[in-house]
Amino acid sequence: MTKRHLTHLERLESEAIHIMREVVAEADNPVMLYSVGKDSAVMLHLAKKAFYPSPPPFPLMHVDTTWKFQEMYKLRNKAAEDAGMQLIVHQNPEAKEKGINPFDHGSLHTDMWKTEGLKQALDLHKFDVAFGGARRDEEKSRAKERVFSFRTAQHRWDPKGQRPELWSQYNARKSKGESIRVFPLSNWTELDIWQYIHLEGIEIVPLYFSAPRPTVERDGLILMVDDDRFPLEAGEEPVMRSIRFRTLGCYPLTGAVESEAQTLPEVIQEMLLTTTSERQGRAIDKDQSASMEVKKQQGYF
Amino acid sequence: MDMTDQIYKTDALIAEDIDAYLETHQNKTLLRFITCGSVDDGKSTLIGRLLYDSKMIFEDQLDQLEADSKKVGTQGQEIDFALLVDGLAAEREQGITIDVAYRFFATEKRKFIVADTPGHEQYTRNMVTGASTADLAVILIDARKGILTQTRRHSYLAHLIGIKNIVLAVNKMDLVDYDQATYDQIVTDYTAFAQEIGIESFVAMPISGFKGDNITGLSENTPWYQGPTLMGHLETVELNQTADQSGAFRMPVQWVNRPNLDFRGFAGKIASGSVAPGDEVRILPSGKTSTVSRIVTFDGDKDTAVAGQSVTLTLADEVDCSRGQIITAAKDPLEVADQFEATIIWMDEEALIPGRGYYLKIGAQTVSAAIAQPKYQVNVNTMEHTAVKTLDLNAIGVATVTTDRAIPFASYADNRDLGGFILIDKMTNATVGAGLIHFALRRAQNIHWQATDIDRNHHSNLKNQKPVVLWMTGLSGSGKSTIANAVEKRLARMNRHTFLLDGDNVRHGLNKDLGFTDADRVENVRRVGEVAKLMTDAGLIVITAFISPFRSERDMVREMMEPGEFVEVFIDTPLSVAEERDVKGLYAKARAGDLKNFTGIDSPYEAPETPEIHIDTTQLTIDQAADLIVQKIIK
Repeated sequence: MTKRHLTHLERLESEAIHIMREVVAEADNPVMLYSVGKDSAVMLHLAKKAFYPSPPPFPLMHVDTTWKFQEMYKLRNKAAEDAGMQLIVHQNPEAKEKGINPFDHGSLHTDMWKTEGLKQALDLHKFDVAFGGARRDEEKSRAKERVFSFRTAQHRWDPKGQRPELWSQYNARKSKGESIRVFPLSNWTELDIWQYIHLEGIEIVPLYFSAPRPTVERDGLILMVDDDRFPLEAGEEPVMRSIRFRTLGCYPLTGAVESEAQTLPEVIQEMLLTTTSERQGRAIDKDQSASMEVKKQQGYF
Repeated sequence: MDMTDQIYKTDALIAEDIDAYLETHQNKTLLRFITCGSVDDGKSTLIGRLLYDSKMIFEDQLDQLEADSKKVGTQGQEIDFALLVDGLAAEREQGITIDVAYRFFATEKRKFIVADTPGHEQYTRNMVTGASTADLAVILIDARKGILTQTRRHSYLAHLIGIKNIVLAVNKMDLVDYDQATYDQIVTDYTAFAQEIGIESFVAMPISGFKGDNITGLSENTPWYQGPTLMGHLETVELNQTADQSGAFRMPVQWVNRPNLDFRGFAGKIASGSVAPGDEVRILPSGKTSTVSRIVTFDGDKDTAVAGQSVTLTLADEVDCSRGQIITAAKDPLEVADQFEATIIWMDEEALIPGRGYYLKIGAQTVSAAIAQPKYQVNVNTMEHTAVKTLDLNAIGVATVTTDRAIPFASYADNRDLGGFILIDKMTNATVGAGLIHFALRRAQNIHWQATDIDRNHHSNLKNQKPVVLWMTGLSGSGKSTIANAVEKRLARMNRHTFLLDGDNVRHGLNKDLGFTDADRVENVRRVGEVAKLMTDAGLIVITAFISPFRSERDMVREMMEPGEFVEVFIDTPLSVAEERDVKGLYAKARAGDLKNFTGIDSPYEAPETPEIHIDTTQLTIDQAADLIVQKIIK
């Protein structure tokens, strides 16, 4: 028979599906973390493929900060429904009670809503394996993380005690209380993600495409005024700009880029010709260059 | 073509015709490679250079890099490319790479995933992790130092793990004034070494990761070198990625997909060959046959699928097939065996304990396996074979592996997915070793259990009792033998047929060849377990009195027995009390250093977590303890 060269995307797809099936076969109570971003969209799409004709046999969970873009909430609910999956939304009650927000509380916002919120949610539902959409090309400490990444009962990551991971033999055994974060997109790059979205026609949040949106400029970041909780400073007026987002998080923490890219090929074109990395629009990494590693040791995804 | 021209052309294509660019990019092949070398050979700098030259570094990263280079860089005011790839904070402080890290870049022709593997000897396990998925290895040598012990180690490991494409990158040529004689000598030395360990061919090149010589364009500094540049070689080296497709069809079943009563699909990633509806298949190890009806995917049914693809198959017949079994071509099935010769790479701080049960994961199957005392260990520096009793962290040896049931397999040389396994510690769940199957030592189908007409039920019915093993465990001097004796006397008075296996007594005969090392203790318990099992088959009530300090071995014996026939009795005497009693004077000797490996002193005792019977000897007399035990088993 004639041999068929698999393309790099076909290999990556097959690898991700294999990883997801291993988890479902070995985990007691898996969950897929869903952040509504483009990586989550690809991960969810791969889950549908991995278990077809069954719906993915685990719930989707969104650790919500209440500060995401409105368009993200819309797509989140629709995506879960389309996939036939249960959607769990967790909001840290303590953060809610204290009114923690990105404008007044700085890094405490991410810590309470995301890091603490995630730990609470995993403990509450007793999930033993959580899929995450992180990629190794995103950030330096991610580059060294295994596909099956262990967390202690306190959700801590020990970068020096990682298990060897050979071939596609994943060791999913763990002691009581321990959990595993599994990253099926480990070997994908940003370009792979965009290209796959393009090829497969995956629905993503419209914010990735350029449109005129109300914005203000602060500390060199263009921020979108997504709702009336945005505290405008004296004399500050939202300005309509043609913008889009390369990455999506809490709207007050996510910088937009000025762009005219309205289609996927245009977005990819802009991405390839751009001179700044994807995480540049995120306030969270700025503190110190090893900040992600510290956050991960503390239990951030 | 020079790299700069290439980038310009790519940019132009992206700008002018993005669809055409996407089309090209979509059809690129993927090359996974590793870089290995000793500390300070310049691995991170080389990878940083490859990323930089293939334009994978953005402005903000470059700004940060320039700032970092001035602050913590080791290259003066020049850019320190190593800082791009040294990720973890701890490493930055020490200026070294401590874990395998994956990097990504793409050129016109290919997409690349680089596993940057650490040079430290103690991190061999990370190198093996990185190498296990690689198609090519770049072995870096510092031109000033030549071939080092670690060069040999890394080359041997790359070869062992089956990497066919080896690149010898003689780095830091700028520091030896681009001297051809230095380069030639290193290549000559390496050629001799490569032949010695069985590397058939390699490609050598003089480079400088720091200065960029012969990375993307031929360097003017080495006019005497006319071979390929590193990037040129990576882009064009022939990859035998479709080799797996030529073998017979094999697919380990990962998961059975049952959305409703009408659909039963077998999900897995094809390990070799190809499959089409109508193909006859055999399911191993059961040997049942059927025909493939459909290849089901989210994108619709497929006419064919090949090695490397993840698919879901449905079969024409209602055959038993579950996770861990392998669907194979009916006419060309895999071998099935329960004993193998394999190369074992040990990756845990705690040494291999021969005879102990470990989980062995191969394909989608996890079984229990024991590794015998190694036939030899390979000295990876000299390639000599040395006799050893065990394998320590980072040791590589050859040993017999026996699994608790027959498994389908291929040799590692034929197929990495079907012949490579990992070993998992049953207590810590850590991945402690990896194995590469050579061949089967005993074909399972040749050894049958001899069925006898007078079975174990007959034996026990005749004695009018239920066979059981009372397994007493506890420290030396805890009272095991005394209580065991009292229990047996009570049972004898009740006309029960019993046998007492005592630790000291067994060591006078059956186990007189064993000492008190961890490995010998494991074998001691295994043999006693087997004897106890035969005695239960004979219908006896077996009482054993052994320290049996390790949980894994007690659990191993428990697994040998019929369900419910193993009763663990924890004779719980605190160390201080046992030492105070010291009936045999052994504690005094151990404390004086005259007795090595003494449980509780310089060898651990792992107390049972959930014993069937717990005897606290500080609360109960011997008679009370014996009564309690007898009551529990005679109802």
